Amino acid sequence: MKRSFALLACALLLAASPAKLSERQRALHALNRLGFGPRPGDVEKVMNAGVDKWIDQQLHPERIADTAVAARLQNFPTLQLSDSDIVQKYYLPLQQMRREAKNDGEALKELREKIPYDQRPQRVVEDLVSQRIVRAVDSDRQLNEIMVDFWMNHFNVFVGKGLDRFLLTSYERDVIRPHIWGKFEDLLMATAKSPAMLFYLDNATSVAAPENRPPLPPRVAMRMMQQPQAKRNGGLNENYAREIMELHTLGVDGGYTQKDVTELARVLTGWSIARPQEGNVSFVFRRAVHDVKPKTVLGVRFPAGGGIEEGERMIHILAHQPATAHHIAYQLCQRLVADDPPPALVDRVAKRFLATDGDLRETVKAVISSPEFWDPGVYRAKVKSPFEYVVSAVRAVDAHVDDARPIARSLQQIGEPLYGAQPPTGYKDTADAWVNTGALVNRLNFAMALANNSLPGIATNVMTLVGGVDQQNCVDALAVAITGGNLTDETRQTIKAKATGDQQVRTVAGLILGSPEFQRQ
Amino acid sequence: MIDRRFFLKSSGMALVAGGLLPNVFVKMANAATTGGRKVVVAIFQRGAVDGLNVVVPYGEQAYYAARPTIAIPRPGAANGALDLDGFFGAHPSLASVVPYFKDNSAAFVHAVGSPDATRSHFDAQDFMESGTPGVKTTEDGFLARAVMATPSTSPLRAVALGPALPRILAGRAGAVAMTNVNQFGIRGDAKVSNGFESMYSEAVAGTLRGTAKESFDAARILESADPAKLQPENGAVYPNTPLGNSLKQIAQLIKSKIGLEVAFTDVGGWDTHAGEGGAQGQLANNLRNFSDAIAAFAKDLGSRMSDVTLVTMSEFGRTVRENGNRGTDHGHANFMMLLGAGVKGGKVYGKWPGLTNLYENRDLAVTTDFRDVFAEVLSKQLAVPALKSVFPNYAPKTLGVLA
Repeated sequence: MKRSFALLACALLLAASPAKLSERQRALHALNRLGFGPRPGDVEKVMNAGVDKWIDQQLHPERIADTAVAARLQNFPTLQLSDSDIVQKYYLPLQQMRREAKNDGEALKELREKIPYDQRPQRVVEDLVSQRIVRAVDSDRQLNEIMVDFWMNHFNVFVGKGLDRFLLTSYERDVIRPHIWGKFEDLLMATAKSPAMLFYLDNATSVAAPENRPPLPPRVAMRMMQQPQAKRNGGLNENYAREIMELHTLGVDGGYTQKDVTELARVLTGWSIARPQEGNVSFVFRRAVHDVKPKTVLGVRFPAGGGIEEGERMIHILAHQPATAHHIAYQLCQRLVADDPPPALVDRVAKRFLATDGDLRETVKAVISSPEFWDPGVYRAKVKSPFEYVVSAVRAVDAHVDDARPIARSLQQIGEPLYGAQPPTGYKDTADAWVNTGALVNRLNFAMALANNSLPGIATNVMTLVGGVDQQNCVDALAVAITGGNLTDETRQTIKAKATGDQQVRTVAGLILGSPEFQRQ
Repeated sequence: MIDRRFFLKSSGMALVAGGLLPNVFVKMANAATTGGRKVVVAIFQRGAVDGLNVVVPYGEQAYYAARPTIAIPRPGAANGALDLDGFFGAHPSLASVVPYFKDNSAAFVHAVGSPDATRSHFDAQDFMESGTPGVKTTEDGFLARAVMATPSTSPLRAVALGPALPRILAGRAGAVAMTNVNQFGIRGDAKVSNGFESMYSEAVAGTLRGTAKESFDAARILESADPAKLQPENGAVYPNTPLGNSLKQIAQLIKSKIGLEVAFTDVGGWDTHAGEGGAQGQLANNLRNFSDAIAAFAKDLGSRMSDVTLVTMSEFGRTVRENGNRGTDHGHANFMMLLGAGVKGGKVYGKWPGLTNLYENRDLAVTTDFRDVFAEVLSKQLAVPALKSVFPNYAPKTLGVLA
């Protein structure tokens, strides 16, 4: 029922819109879909530079200087620290306090309150969340930030799972960001060997059944015998083996079985983290707990006696499956083009993925250069995610973000706390996930708060947007400044009727930011 | 005050009389009511709760053999299960809801689940919420279809507590999602609120317009009902957790008499692949919150519970054998709990398949379809006439868990 409704709406849109986007529309479309929306004047800048040229630049973020943002990131001291540094500085002292407090909640609270602000564990996550917002708002590498958002969500790690709040800094910086314009296999391998993912999906603790392990040297065997029974036994954990096939590569209908999940878990036994409790956080392969008996995954046979190369081979194979190409292509098209992407487009993008050995720049390019991406039917048709909505609003009114934390809180209320998706699926990328009563009300409240300059740490002056225009004409001036002139007559009339009094300009700006037109990209 | 006295007296009587009396809530006459309105409250335990450690088959040796470090000891032992019927026992963290089982207000169903074999959280939740296991093209949720089949027209007849509208209420029932019933609405002066309202009613078609209308209607009703003034009664204390806060607000909506028929909320943290714990630990802590929140809800509503049926569910169960990390992996059948109006409590329902003949040699087999449980709740409690539209291509069997 919903689909036929959507089709009807699409058909109407198509009927009403011209066969081709104008140059101005193309610029706005590119800024909305390949970035977090325009700042005042951006549409003209992109038009002057040429839309295709701008896109080409965006596809090569390494060629964009982005010095202003680089300077701002200096304000977040934990961003440069390694996993081990962060764990030593922020986690181990906390563990020490827990021991001192001896299960006494009040005592622990007192101890924690004595920690100076800069050394508190939450500082790590605050810096991480803040840098994502600052980059989305201010970076000239807009498409890069869109793809970081996409891949962080594809390879989701939840900040609320134990140690992961200390591991996400390096995960984003060293695992995701350096690989999103390279080969998919490299990105997949980097995530597979990242402490953050190994911890999140439990592979770090998945070990072979005792009878499947390599024989131990006698001295080690003696030591093992002195360990508690359960620790000696151990065994498989299927969590990561399942999700790497279901979510990261093949897709849930990608043709694997429960048997494949169990066998892949055996292949990945021993892929673990060094010693976080001693402040050493890095990937390690533990041969002693690897399953060395024969295994078969997706028809691939591994004879007895293998090691880490088995898992590496399976990751290579998974990265190159046609089902993987289709799964990645579908998700990219859903993100960049439409909630329900055209199957022919998905097939072409999947082909490009396979033909280029999973080259992610070429794959993204295949989406952007397709006629479907520029189809007037998809222009301003996709509802913004909360992150896209909030950041695009901040950009639209040219606000300056001194403190990103109020924005982080707003994102929580609108339903998309950064790094806050608990299930490995991450957040959905379709309107049905975002459009609901409570979230909409919170979007409107955010719009008014932003326009009224009442979010602490966010400096907004909408008066500058209207320039010398008199109050009577500010609706039209703001409509152009904020939405590129894309308000319907009905919305314009409504706003004009409501906008009276001293707070006129701010109220108008807030209403436009909350308008149905601004919810879409 | 009469509510509180009545409630305490009735509970006391029921506890003394053990299993002989009917559901305690039914007997509470002359007390606070919901205005005759029947309500179904559904709680989804997302992440697949380990049902074998919630409703523990302590009478079966195979349970202990399969779980050397995480099994719940037999009743009577230290930290042992709380006996339910001589074969099953409840996890000790359920101490706050077990009295409701004992006075026949609460029941469990075991070995219940979806016939689909998937062990994907996402797919299994999707199938359970769409009410069409194995069919991915269903666009709406089964609770939404159920609400559409009742004559109610209240804008707040279906409410989800949470930041997103869940799949189970998606569709054309006009279900409302909110995180806080007491702060729902446009802040600032009426001019702004009116501005948004007319903008959304005039300028757009489709999802946004429908959603906006529902938002403004709901906000108006909530503003005049002012549920915030309805504080917990009968000495109920909700845990200060997301689930506790959600149930507290659902209780406020019920007491406000704004026409609520179906309320939904969910609670995560059940995906215990590692370090699950037994009578204490990770699962035990989560279950305590779960149990205490539900018990507070029942206590708060008191006699109103004779019009309210609470049902819990989870996408699938977990492996019978514990894994190498003192946890459990994705399995098959699970448990459900029912509490309140109509529930013929004090019993663990469902055919027990045993732990020696396992589904795919690893999991508890499903002997009761989750749709059977909901079919009974929806037809008996909400008088939903057309179960065919709620569960297409399925003929529900009657379990007899509701009167």
